[in-house]
Parts: sequence; structure tokens; C-alpha cells
Amino acid sequence: MAIGETIRNSQIWKSIFRHPMPLDRRNRIVVMLTNFFLHLHPVSIKKQGIALSFTWCMGGVTFFLFLVETVTGVLLMFYYRPTLEWAYNDILALRDVTSLGILRELHRWGAHAMVITTWLHMYRVFLTGSYKPPREFNWVIGVILLLLTLLLSFTGYLLPWDQLAIWAITVGSNMARATPFLGYEGPGQQLLTVGGIDMITDASDARFGLLGARFVGEETLNRFYVLHCIAIPLAVALLLAIHFWRVRKDGGISGPL
Amino acid sequence: MHSNGFFLKDVAGFLGGYYTFMALMNGVAALLLWRRKGQVGWALTWVAFAAAMMVLASLALSGSAELVPALPQSARTIVNSLSGPVLYTLGTTALLTILFVFRSFFVKPMVAWTILNAMLLLMGLSMADENFAAIVMKPDNVPIVGLVFLLAFFTWVATKQAVVNDDRIARGLPPVEKENDEKVLVWPDLVYTELICMVAVSAFLLLWAICLPAPLEEPASSVKTPNPSKAPWYFLGLQEMLVYFDPWYAGVVLPSLVIFGLMAMPYLDFNKKGNGYYSIAERKFSYLTWQFGFLELWITLIILGTFLRGPNWNFFGPFEFWTPYKVEVLNNVDLPQMFWVGLLDRPLPRAPQGASGLVQAGYVLLREAPGLLVMGVYLLVLPPLLAVTIFRGFFAKMGFIRYMVMANLMLLMLSLPLKMVLRWTLNLKYIVSIPEFSLNF
Repeated sequence: MAIGETIRNSQIWKSIFRHPMPLDRRNRIVVMLTNFFLHLHPVSIKKQGIALSFTWCMGGVTFFLFLVETVTGVLLMFYYRPTLEWAYNDILALRDVTSLGILRELHRWGAHAMVITTWLHMYRVFLTGSYKPPREFNWVIGVILLLLTLLLSFTGYLLPWDQLAIWAITVGSNMARATPFLGYEGPGQQLLTVGGIDMITDASDARFGLLGARFVGEETLNRFYVLHCIAIPLAVALLLAIHFWRVRKDGGISGPL
Repeated sequence: MHSNGFFLKDVAGFLGGYYTFMALMNGVAALLLWRRKGQVGWALTWVAFAAAMMVLASLALSGSAELVPALPQSARTIVNSLSGPVLYTLGTTALLTILFVFRSFFVKPMVAWTILNAMLLLMGLSMADENFAAIVMKPDNVPIVGLVFLLAFFTWVATKQAVVNDDRIARGLPPVEKENDEKVLVWPDLVYTELICMVAVSAFLLLWAICLPAPLEEPASSVKTPNPSKAPWYFLGLQEMLVYFDPWYAGVVLPSLVIFGLMAMPYLDFNKKGNGYYSIAERKFSYLTWQFGFLELWITLIILGTFLRGPNWNFFGPFEFWTPYKVEVLNNVDLPQMFWVGLLDRPLPRAPQGASGLVQAGYVLLREAPGLLVMGVYLLVLPPLLAVTIFRGFFAKMGFIRYMVMANLMLLMLSLPLKMVLRWTLNLKYIVSIPEFSLNF
């Protein structure tokens, strides 16, 4: 008996995969229904729904890149310490000393690629009119995911703690101090005074809330690290689940009605 | 700074590989045209082009200033001297308009292939310029180069299918996507495609990671401000908007409106056609609005902010050295200044010394009256005026609330190009300027 067949006939294999190899029509259907990772898909799909010229596969690629970012990100977290003392040195060591320091390259370029593929996915969905009924709400979730993708990238940008990082975040976050009413340089903040005391100052405005300080410093590094590694990925994971679920519930991949 | 021997030796290997890649790409295209399509004439054309690329590759590998293919210095100087925000914006708008109007021509595979080769060749010739290469090869800028090519490619893919569908619909046929109604099993047809995509993306990412080290500059220092200081590349469109608007509008209100507008889109677009297939003719208004917002107001501004904005956020031509000493004349004036001083030849209205808060507010309103009037007409009068004229059909179908949301979003989106034009033509800085409340528009 061939070794492959021995394995497939073993109790362990059968306890995991509860059906034979998907070689005939019946088992190709069963595999889609019984496999946890595959059950997000339908069993069958319209031919045009799998044409790459129609889908560009950008939604799938974006999700795959999210997984790549998660795996490489977790591995980088084993190494990287988000403190002023160590952040830069850890990245330097990743570049010059550490085995598999290429994980950082994979993570950074994967992040850039994810921003681009998210845009391309959105572009495709617009161009095929796939945001139209009954998929309006899923488009809205997609827009929130787009925003979260940008925020994921933005918070991660600070972590190397080099000149590029700190000044990009400084420039980006400076906008927040001009928030109407809530930024200390924004229009209307002068109106928010109680008993002659300004409620909106550089220590209580929107920018302060974002940075955790008056300028980009250790508090910001810690805040962005937590947002980047925990808060935003969790939100993305939840919304991705809803996004995929809604694709199925809204009638699968779009096509002419 | 001009190209010198040291730089060309550094870049020779890259350019050699680049032209070889172009040669291979065209060789494969020629083979496919010959074997699959039987287009011998085109196949020979691209074989000849591939041979020319191999010649360029060998010249580039020499690393010699005399031999490396490059744009003539005179051409680079002319491009630099002509470059500016006005020409860039008008040029990209004109280009996108031409591509749209003559889309049936540009989607032809051989036309698109010729354009792709022309773009790649121009890029290769430009890379022999030290200043151009310094900006384009900056590690974090590489993805944007990729984005440009990817967007061009996918826009072509989409437009090609839209042109075919529009032609079919005009002839009373259903779109191509409708023809593929037949169902197939997800295993293996879709699952294998996904697997191949995952392997391809992994391979591409690994190659990218091996070839291009992630950037790491000096350790962070809050007292050493780099010039230029730039936001991450995907926010550079917003940073570019700061040239025309204050941060509260360019950095907070406009981005929030973009997100809100995107979310509102499915509820504003009442057109039932064009759902689930590529089409332009059936949804021209939404298509043009989107492409203007996405390609012109988002992508081209990112490209401008990344590649053409240097120290002090000054504009630099693609082959220009980024000197921090470049001086640009800043002679912009506010609308109240134009109206009271320029037109009426009177000083700006000012409250008398010691006037009460209410009187001061009255004077501010008087001073800003011209700008407030313009804004009022733009945001309050135009929407109903459009509702009874060119958007009459929209208003009837959308109802009051949906129409007003759509009209205001459109007008706020158009505020950017309008402000750009006013800046270029009238040197207008602010339409309304109330520094007392940090409110400038």
C-alpha cells in the first residue's frame, strides 16, 4: 500500500478530514461544506465570478496580505521593543544582525502592497457597479476597512523610530490640531471656554488624543504600537468576517442581474 | 547636479536588467502573437523592438557616460523649465480626458502595448538622470511607481471590457458577463486560482524584500527637521491640498468628506444599470465623477506630492536637483483685500479701538462680506439652481435630501480644483479669512 494511501486511511487523517480526496463531483462539493477554511466559499459559482479579468483577485490578495502582515508582524513582535531606548536599535539589528531580518522587509513592503491592493479592489468594485443594491452595506464596511488599512499603515510607520518615521507621523498628525472645535489651532476652538478657561489646548485637543502627548514621543510610540498590533487588527478581523459573510448573504460575487 | 560617471556605474546593473526585462517581455509577446494569434507582422515588430532593447541593455551595462542611453540634457532642461503645478494638473487632466474620449482606440491591445513600452522606455531613459533616479528609487517611493503602472494596467483592463459591453448593449445584446452564467464548482476552479494567486504574491513579495531593503534613516530626533518633511505616501495628496487650503479643511474636513462620500455613494447612485458588469455608457455621470475624484484628485496629487515636491514643498521638475535654496514668489492675496483695497481702493474695515465684541464681529462680517457672499452663492444658491436646470432629472429621481447631499458633496469636491484655478489665475489665497477664529477658506 502506498504511503499516501496509508496516511489517508489512518484514524488521525480521517478524524481531521471527514471525506475522501475531492476527486469526484460529490467530494468536491463535500469538501467545501465541511472544511472550516473553505466553507466561506459557496459550493458552486458563476463562471464569470472566477474570471480574473473580472475580479482582478484584489480582494483575495488584500486578505492574503493581511494574513502575511499578521504572521510577519507577530514574529517581529517577538523581537521589537517599543521604547525610545530600544525601538531604533532593534530595527537596526533586524537589518544588520538578526537571522531572518528580512521579515521586516516582508512586513513593510506587504503593508505598502496592501494599501495598493485595497485601492485596486475598491476601484474594481466601483467599475463593475458592485456597490449597488443589494451590496450597499458591504460597500460601507469596505470603506471602513479601507480607512483602517490606512490607519494600520500609518501607526506602523512610526515604529522604526527613525527620522523618516517620526517626521512623517509629525506631519500627518499635525492636521489633527486643526480639527474644527477639537483642535487647538482649529476654527471654533475659541468658543469652547468655560469661565475664561480654554477647554481646548495643546494638552487636551484631538492631536493630543492621537499622540498621547504634545509632540511625537515615547507615549506616541506606545500608543501607536498598541493600536497597530492589537486594536486595529482586531477591528479589521471583525469587519473582514462581516465583509466576507455579507458577500455570501448578498448573493455572492456580483454579476449582471 | 548632473549625471556623472560614478552614478552611471552604480545604476548600470539595474538598467541592464531593466532593458533585458523589456526585451524578454516583448519577445514573449511576439511569440504569443505569432503562435496564438497568427499576427506575424506585429510579432516581427516586437521582435525588432526586443532586439533594440537588448542593444540598450548592453549599452547600459557599460556604465559609461557616453554610452548609457539617456534623454538628452537639453530635453531634460526643457522639461524642468516647463514643469510646474499648473502644467502638471492641466496636463494630467487633458491626458485623462483624451484617454476617456478616445477609449475605443486606446483599449486596442497593440495600442496599449505600444503605450506601455513607450512609458517603460521613457522611464528607463529617465533613470539615467541622477536627480530623477534619486527620487524614484527612494525605497518608499518604489510602491508608488508600481501603483502608477498597476492603475494604468487595471484601468485598461476595465475600460476594454466596458467598451466591449457598451458596444454589445448598443446592439441589444447582454454584457459579456451575462454570457458566463454557467456555474462551476468552487473546488477546483476557484480554489486553485486562489492558490496560484497566493503563491504568485508570496513569490513577488519575497523577491521585492530580497531586492530592496526597507528604509532606515538616522535615529529619530525631534530637533532635526528634515526638509522636506513628508507624510506617508498615501497621505501626500492631502499634504498637497495644504498648498490651497488650511489644515482644518485640507487635512480634516475634506478627508472626512471623502470617507463620508464614499459611504454615501451606493445610496446616492439611483441608476440601476451597470450593476455587476463593466460599463461606461450606462453610468457616465457616476463613472466620470469617480474617475475625476480618484485618478485626478487623489492619485495624481499623490504622484505630485511624492515625486515633484521638494524642500520647502517647492515644485521641482522631474530632472531637477532638490535644492533647499530655491525661492518661489509668494504674492497671494485674500479676497477681502482684493475687494476693499484693490477694487474699492479703501482700507479693510476695522472695528474702532475698544469696540465691544458684537461690534467687532460686525466689522469682521463686513470685511468678509464679499467672500461670505461667494461662499453663500456657491453652497446655498447653486444646489437649488442646479436642481431646476441641469440636474432637474436627478432632483426628480433622488428627492430633496439625497439630492442636496449629492450636490453638496460634488460642490465640496470641486472646491479643490476651483481653488487651484483661482490661485493660479488670481493669486487668491483665501476667499474668507477670519484669523480671529482660525477660520480661513
